[in-house]
Amino acid sequence: MLHLVSLLSKYLLVLLLLLYTYDSFHVFAYQGKDKLQRHVYARQRFYMFFIHFVGFGLLFLKEYNIQIIGFYLMQVILFAAILAIYRFFYEKTSELLLNNMVLLLMVGMVMLTRLNFDHAWKQFLILIAATVVSLFIPLILAKNQGFRNLKYWYYGVSIIGLLLVLIIGAVSYGAKLSISLGPVSIQPSEFIKILYVFFLASMLREDVSFTNLAITAVMAGVLVLILVASKDLGSALIFYLAFLMMLYVATGKKQYLFLGIVFLVVASVAGYYLFSHVQTRVIAWINPLSVIDDKGYQICKSLFAIGTGGWFGLGLNQGLPNTIPVVEQDFIFSAIAEELGGVFALCILAVCANCFFMIINVAMGLKEQFYRLVALGLGCVYGVQVILTVGGAIKFIPSTGVTLPFVSYGGSSLMASMLTFAVVQALYIVKSDESEKAK
Amino acid sequence: MSLFSKQDNQEKDSTKKVKKSKGRNHEYVVVMYLFLAIFVGIILYYIYFMAFQRDTFINNPYNSLQNLFGEHVVRGEITDCDGNVLAKTKVGENGQETRVYPYENLFAHVVGFSTNGKSGLENVENFELLRSHEFFLEQFADQMNDEKSQGDRVVTTLDLSIQQTAYNALGSCDGAVYVMEPQTGKILAMVSKPDFNPNTIEEDWESVSGEESTALFNRATQGQYAPGSVFKMVTLLEYYREHPLDYMNYSYQCEGGITVEDQTIHCAGNKAHGQEDLKQSFANSCNASFSNIGLQLDYQKYKALTDSLLFNKDLPIDFISSQSRFALKESDNDFMVMSTAMGQGKTLVSPLHMALLASAISNDGVLMRPYLVDHTENADGIVVRTQKPSQYGSIMSKEEADFLEEYMLEVVNTGTATALGRDGYDVAGKTGTAQVSDTSDTTNSWFVGYATKEDQRTVAIAVVVERNNENGVSAVNVAKQVLDSCF
Repeated sequence: MLHLVSLLSKYLLVLLLLLYTYDSFHVFAYQGKDKLQRHVYARQRFYMFFIHFVGFGLLFLKEYNIQIIGFYLMQVILFAAILAIYRFFYEKTSELLLNNMVLLLMVGMVMLTRLNFDHAWKQFLILIAATVVSLFIPLILAKNQGFRNLKYWYYGVSIIGLLLVLIIGAVSYGAKLSISLGPVSIQPSEFIKILYVFFLASMLREDVSFTNLAITAVMAGVLVLILVASKDLGSALIFYLAFLMMLYVATGKKQYLFLGIVFLVVASVAGYYLFSHVQTRVIAWINPLSVIDDKGYQICKSLFAIGTGGWFGLGLNQGLPNTIPVVEQDFIFSAIAEELGGVFALCILAVCANCFFMIINVAMGLKEQFYRLVALGLGCVYGVQVILTVGGAIKFIPSTGVTLPFVSYGGSSLMASMLTFAVVQALYIVKSDESEKAK
Repeated sequence: MSLFSKQDNQEKDSTKKVKKSKGRNHEYVVVMYLFLAIFVGIILYYIYFMAFQRDTFINNPYNSLQNLFGEHVVRGEITDCDGNVLAKTKVGENGQETRVYPYENLFAHVVGFSTNGKSGLENVENFELLRSHEFFLEQFADQMNDEKSQGDRVVTTLDLSIQQTAYNALGSCDGAVYVMEPQTGKILAMVSKPDFNPNTIEEDWESVSGEESTALFNRATQGQYAPGSVFKMVTLLEYYREHPLDYMNYSYQCEGGITVEDQTIHCAGNKAHGQEDLKQSFANSCNASFSNIGLQLDYQKYKALTDSLLFNKDLPIDFISSQSRFALKESDNDFMVMSTAMGQGKTLVSPLHMALLASAISNDGVLMRPYLVDHTENADGIVVRTQKPSQYGSIMSKEEADFLEEYMLEVVNTGTATALGRDGYDVAGKTGTAQVSDTSDTTNSWFVGYATKEDQRTVAIAVVVERNNENGVSAVNVAKQVLDSCF
């Protein structure tokens, strides 16, 4: 009976998310028609709370655990609070970006509760903390003009943070990612991504002379090399590509973009021959089934999950997503595809892409070069991260071990993602203020 | 595109390097399109994966997810082409399920087993067997009552009577028989001995899977045998390619053996065949003459031919199979060249591979992909998925295929396989008696060929009888019984 309910409800979930995704792209057709747009945003909120409700309903029916109902209600309150807070504190918030963020958080909470209740609870607590922190971002950022001049501070903190990880970091899956502070372990690179974007924006905002570009490149290169030394290839790639995009936008020279991509290819090939852990990932990427016993195990499990799940999934609680190593962090996308289906998973990807476009949209609407570069940089960091994690899970590219923002388990990742979106929302206020002044 | 908000404020400050005509947001749009392209790429790859690669991963034995379906579905039946049940699941009163194989050892390798791991079709078709396409209301009712639905039925291309004949013809000998339809690729029979009883595989596991036993090994597709004279088909084709205009002028004086650099290759029984042209050399299966031919061949072309005839490659079949080996090197000495040309040397082939070769010859050089599953249907017999014949491609020209056919007919008419071809259908083929190794007296008996009757189907066949020097059973006789049952 329960099997039947979850079989039928998976189609409902797919339908709801399809409608949501359609709205998030279609809403652009109503540009300038505020009333219509508000109507669409309200409808989206209905869809996402409905998805959240169905998800937790299924989780409850599985175990009849009253805790799940309590947990669900707490989440409803928190999500309603996040929506309200943003619309109150961030007066001119992008409602679409806000809705997307909450939707991704909801889907993440459903999947995490299904995978590991304790982790879901921890994630929830961090989400509360992150919400509180993000209250202050617009106040700090929108009212203060000094941020463009702190480049050496950003860089100093970044390099110290990354060096700390390199020296005293704990090794997990071959890479040094986190440092332990008593009971908590944090991943500094998640936060340093934001500082790094601020650093690049402050370096590149005025002076695009060759000397300054070279200095910037060397300084950014040092950070990337530290990440490579920590074997944190995912972050290294994110840092590199963010630099490349910001460099291109700041200078307007396609040659840099082209050269940067050529350099990336050369460096990747060199990396393949120099480092055994790079080879491991490439071998597992090219033919995972041939090395299923060791190197290819994880990606094979991920592809089993995606393939067996099919377009409409096995139904929530009906699969075995926990057999994928680190499913809650790097392979949450595969767990979603397995149980909720390929259509649902691709809709999630489309929503992530929508977020990326919205962030770049914010960047384009800003006047001041510093903020334009910050928005673009944060957008690229976010976009590359989505591409790496989803692309890695489906074997589009070699797996690099990064999280899916807002959906994956991980305190640092969640906190940093919330901060990133909070900064973008704050810039949205700057943008709106600017355009008012212009009038 | 409405996504990109247009802001046409011409500013004088920081972006002076940008050409004004492009607008201030030009680079942002480029970045956006760059990412858009990657996002679209990922979605397309996902669709590609679901369309073309999904089945490989679903059916992988490591995929524990398959067996989840078993919680809600009773494993489906496997039948032959006429609906004879080869495997079914019996559900006891307490819901206990037993997999039953009514024909016991007869289909041991091809149908396989599904306890103690999975093999054969039980392995390859696992996912299909564990899916149910029952009428949805029926499934709905099953779900409501917490009952299992009946899984789909896999209808194979196998033919019970041919399989039975092949099985009996091999008798107590070890070896393999493989029969297929060249025009479609349908596999009609696949027998391998020694065998086992899949009904009692659990009890017998230790003896069957022990180091001494090769019973689990499917000789028809995985066997790696020295081809013996069967390989002369390949050498013959190469000679024809190198001498398209004057091959008919070939002549050789056989004195029962050939000696080069103090090493001698003998003909079977040291028989001196006398003066022979190319066709007689082939029909008589003259080792001396083919060794002589081998010495005249161009190594690079010879090697290229074997590559195009699927040596050292995965064979185009969705079933466990091993690669055949052609390992002659340019640096090898004359003796190795001669041995290889007449079918010994380091060459190893599977019965499946040789039957594919015969099959392509009968089909004007076009090889059809061999397959075992005709269609899957739901428990009520409504077809869910049909396998259509598909071409692997042309592995030789029609002219070459006709040439080989003419020579293979001669083998049956006047050569080493005259026991065949007198039963109302025509046979073209090649026999072989292969030494297990160059230093051993143990031999395996081969027959590879095809038979056709006007207005009826053609069938291709490969037979190996191991240790025929001891048991006296010849592959030609096995082939004759099997072919008789086909027409």
